[in-house]
Order: sequence, then structure tokens, then C-alpha cells
Amino acid sequence: MPEPVSFFREILKAIGLAVVVFTFLAVVGAMYGVYFERKISGWIQARIGPKHVGPYGLLQTIADTVKLLQKEHITPRRADALIFNTAPLIVAVAALLDWVVIPFGKEFGRVLIVRDINIGVLYFAAMASITVIGILAAGWASNNKYALLGGLRAASQMISYEIPLALGILWVVMIAGTLSTVGIVEAQRGGWFLFKVPPLGLLAAVLFLAAATAEVNRVPFDLPEAESELVAGYFAEYTGMRFALFQLGEYGEMFGMAALASVLFLGGWLEPNLPAWLWVALGLSALGVAAFVRFSALRTVYLLRPIMALAVLGAVLSAVMALGISTGRAPVLPSLIWFFAKMFALVFFLMWMRWTYPRLRLDQLLNLSWKVLLPVGLVNLLLTGFLLTVAR
Amino acid sequence: MPKVVVDWLYVGVFAVVGVVLTVLPLAVVWLLAPRLSLPQKKLTYESGVIPFGQAWAQFNVRYYLFALVFVVFDVEVIYLYPWATVFRTLGAFAFYEMLIFLLILFVGLVYAWRKGALEWV
Repeated sequence: MPEPVSFFREILKAIGLAVVVFTFLAVVGAMYGVYFERKISGWIQARIGPKHVGPYGLLQTIADTVKLLQKEHITPRRADALIFNTAPLIVAVAALLDWVVIPFGKEFGRVLIVRDINIGVLYFAAMASITVIGILAAGWASNNKYALLGGLRAASQMISYEIPLALGILWVVMIAGTLSTVGIVEAQRGGWFLFKVPPLGLLAAVLFLAAATAEVNRVPFDLPEAESELVAGYFAEYTGMRFALFQLGEYGEMFGMAALASVLFLGGWLEPNLPAWLWVALGLSALGVAAFVRFSALRTVYLLRPIMALAVLGAVLSAVMALGISTGRAPVLPSLIWFFAKMFALVFFLMWMRWTYPRLRLDQLLNLSWKVLLPVGLVNLLLTGFLLTVAR
Repeated sequence: MPKVVVDWLYVGVFAVVGVVLTVLPLAVVWLLAPRLSLPQKKLTYESGVIPFGQAWAQFNVRYYLFALVFVVFDVEVIYLYPWATVFRTLGAFAFYEMLIFLLILFVGLVYAWRKGALEWV
């Protein structure tokens, strides 16, 4: 019989953590994720993103949220009201539930994670699958042919890419020998899994990243919500805050996939194990890139400030790292910084991909998943299994 | 309390708190937003024209075929999870066993491929 006192205390702790994680997701993930998406998209397209609302346009999404809070909720005639109203909740809550197993860092010997569930990555994959139900519900309940089509296409796409996603995860599980996210990060102390079993680690990472991009419906896999084709697809009939909840779910899921990818392949919260001279070289090359951009004839005036800022940041980071490593301090920077740096780098990469590749047609998308990624994933697993056991 | 129970307790609390915190902005909308119910507003969106035909029309069977193939391979992946977890401690025998299992399922994939179950059009 569980003691009532500690049971109650655990529930309070859980509620507190849930509120903190949700706020982080809603503010950093959804609000500033959208802000940086707009800014970065702008820079890639030779324009500046939002700049008027607040310094550098930082308050833009807050203004948008305030606006959305005042929009009327319209439920279409003959739409299935109950399902129509619960669908955004399913998507948003699934994205939140993902974050229970993501480790944010390790301070004072304790891992900063909500709960280190022993089946961590399997749980994550399961939560990612719940989003499909929300999308199908939204498409079906809207009483709109185009929303229904969009929902069905989104669902087919997402279930098709769950297998390559799982195969990427399985590769890592094979190497690490555990399903727990903390265990997987700890197993990377000798080197990131990206570089393990040389080309196969990279292959597994590419497989996982492609599948993850398709799971969150981002370009090149964003046909289900293609603005030019299905007019927002499965969330066509959603107004105001309910639409915002879908976006919260999508951006939360995107950040979650990026976080999981950094845990699986980039060593999570672990500091990269590079010698001091390599840090110096990296810092100098960052400054070199900055100098090149500044003094070249490229018309990148609008990019000048962000590039300068990043270059200076990179140089400072490398200097600190080089200094720290040469004086022998084991982890120089706090683990939280490394985790967030890796996660944001991957999110930036996802946003960069959006404006680099054209959108895939649905049949091309499904072919890629079933006829390329699935066989490649299986062969990858078998090859790695072979190399790890028989070839010894 | 055993750790595993506390783990899933946290997940349950997260789900409940998630629902509450997502309903919160919807409640704010209920307080702030106008509510003017006009029949034109409730019309289904179809790029500005009057909607034509029923919304819940029949849809193509290929959605079902993809879902079916997905179920088969998802079960395969479920069998792979415990194998992958203990793989390193089992040695070459485990590899050969899984090779046979995956080959059988791979034949299934090739069959579905050749039969056209993976074609969209």
C-alpha cells in the first residue's frame, strides 16, 4: 500500500514539472520557434522577417497570440462537434507527452529529466504516433472534402514514416543496449553515435532525420498542409486558438524530434571530446567566415548582423573551450548549454531544409518511405549486427 | 512506491495537466471572443464557392492498403525492439535468428511491392 504522503508529493512534483515543460514548449517552442522560422525564412529569401513589433520583431508572435485569442471559434455546420473540438487537444497533448523522456542535462550528478522511463525511446515513438489520431480526427470531423483528403494523406504519410523512424531508433538501441534515453546518452561518452561504425551511423542518422521531418509534416514532406494545394489541409476549418493549438503541437513535435535526434546521435548533454587545438581552429574558421562575409562583395547587408553575431559567439565559445580544455577542467560548459545548442542546431537545420528542397508529391513521398528508407533501414540493422557479432 | 509506478504516474499527470493547460487558452477565447452565429459563417470552406456534394464521400481503398502494410511492419518493428536491446549480450546466434526473421518479412515486402499494394495511383 503506497504511503499517502510521498504519493501526494510525487503528484505535486509531476504537476509542477508539467507546467514548466508546457510553458517552455509553448513559449520557446511555439512562439519563438515561429519567430525564428519567420526570421530565418526571411534571411534565406533575401528579406528580413518581422521587425516592427518590438526590438527586432521579437514580440511579433506574442502579438499574434493576443490576436488569436480574440478570434471567434467557428464550428462548421454538420461537423462532428465533439471530435472537432477534441482533435487540437490530442495533437497538442501528444506533443507535450513526448517531453517526459528527454534529458536536458546532468548537473551535480543528477540527470535533468522529467522521468527516466526504462522504455524511453519506445515511449517517445508511441507518443509521436498519437498525433496521427488527432490529425485524422480533425480531417474527418470538419465536414469538408479537402480537410478529409488532407487528413487522410497526412495520416498515410505519417504512418508510412513511422517504420523508418523506428528503424533509426533501433540502430541506436542496438549499439547502446538500452531503450532509456539517459542510458543512450551515457553510452556515447566514448564518441557520438553519429560516428560509430563509420558510414552506418551517419546512414542511421540520415534515415532518422528524414523520417522525423516527414513525421512533423515539414518540407520536403509537407504536402498534407501545402498552402498552395489543399488550403491548409486538415486544419482548414479551424479558426483562432484551435488553429494555434495545432501549430503548438506541430512545433512542439518538431523540437521534440530535434531533441531526440540530438540524444540519439549527437551525444545529448555530453560535451564534444575535442582537443584544445581543434577548438582554436574552429574559432579561427568562424572568424574567417565572418571576415569573408563582411569584406566580400556579396550583397548580404541584411544578413550581416546575424552572421557577425553567430561568428563572434562561435569564436568566444571556442576560446572558452580551448582555454578550459588546456587547463584540464573536465566538462567546461554546463551540460544544459550543450543540449540546447545541439537541439537548436538541428531545428535550424530543419528550417534550412524547408527552403532548400522542393516539396515531394505524395506518391514520391510514399515510395521514398516504403521502397527506399525501409529496405535501407533493415539492411543497415543487419549490417551493423553482422559487424558487431560475426565479424569479430 | 516502485519506480515504474511513479514513472507512469508522471505520464498520467502530464496528460491531465496538458489537457488543462490547452483548454485554458480556449477558455480565454470563450471569454474574449465575439460569438455571432450566422448561417453563412458555418458553411464549409471550398475556396469561396458553394460546397458541392457530400463531404463524407467514399474514399479510395489505397489508404486502407497502406495502413494494412504499416500494421504488418509495425508488428515486425515491435519484435525488433527487445532483440535490439539485448543484442550485444547475445552474440552471433541472435544475429542469424533475426536475419532469418527479417528475410521472411522482407519477402513479404517484395510481395506487396510486386502486387502493387505500395503504389499510390
